[in-house]
Amino acid sequence: MFKALADPSRRELIDRLHAKNGQTLSELCAGLDMARQSVTQHLGLLEEANLISVQWQGREKLHYFNPVPIHEIYERWIRKFERQRLDALHDFKTKLEGKLR
Amino acid sequence: MSNGKFVYVTYIATTLHKVWDALIKGELTRQYWNHENVTDWTPGVKWALVADDDKRTVRHVGKVLECVPHKRLAMTWGDPADAADESKHSRVAIDIETVGKMVRLTVTHEDLSVDMQRRITNGWPRVLASLKSFLETGIPLEPWA
Repeated sequence: MFKALADPSRRELIDRLHAKNGQTLSELCAGLDMARQSVTQHLGLLEEANLISVQWQGREKLHYFNPVPIHEIYERWIRKFERQRLDALHDFKTKLEGKLR
Repeated sequence: MSNGKFVYVTYIATTLHKVWDALIKGELTRQYWNHENVTDWTPGVKWALVADDDKRTVRHVGKVLECVPHKRLAMTWGDPADAADESKHSRVAIDIETVGKMVRLTVTHEDLSVDMQRRITNGWPRVLASLKSFLETGIPLEPWA
């Protein structure tokens, strides 16, 4: 899963599915500066990592963001220990960086 | 009515029978979900998701669409306030199948209103992570903590 998330193009694809779930390959390629074949490869890796799920609707293959593995990591490493402090730190960083922009 | 749809997948190192029992047997479902499915799973009959609290709060209601043992459950899923208005209900299908030594569990939730979408996108990942932990280690998470 971490390998799948390590690539910025793959993170971009996940962001796009997060914004609009259930897209076809063509929809995901639109506006991306990436060859269709690379997008297919990235989607394959994401599917292997169970970060996206696919469903066929007629002849269209639709891709859905699957946050369940990320939630498992969150449960394992984040929630138990650090959530409140991390939330505070995140707010602080967002505020400071917001002011700089 | 928006037409939101989500597909959640988790792989669990267990058997189809155990996943099936965890879905339909209240005494198991309560342990990882803090809720249970109340129905006899006959297609057409009512279904309710009931909280494991003193008041037995009814969280969602609908009716059973399909029940294929060790394979598929499907039901409509609505807010109790909309119990009578089926046009406002969303639809859920839970499919399980063996993949190698694991069970792949897929939750497909569609015809979602914006409000229900917000609620289920918060809920399903918690429930599925807790179910996986429960079946693999015997210890559920606290899904609503």
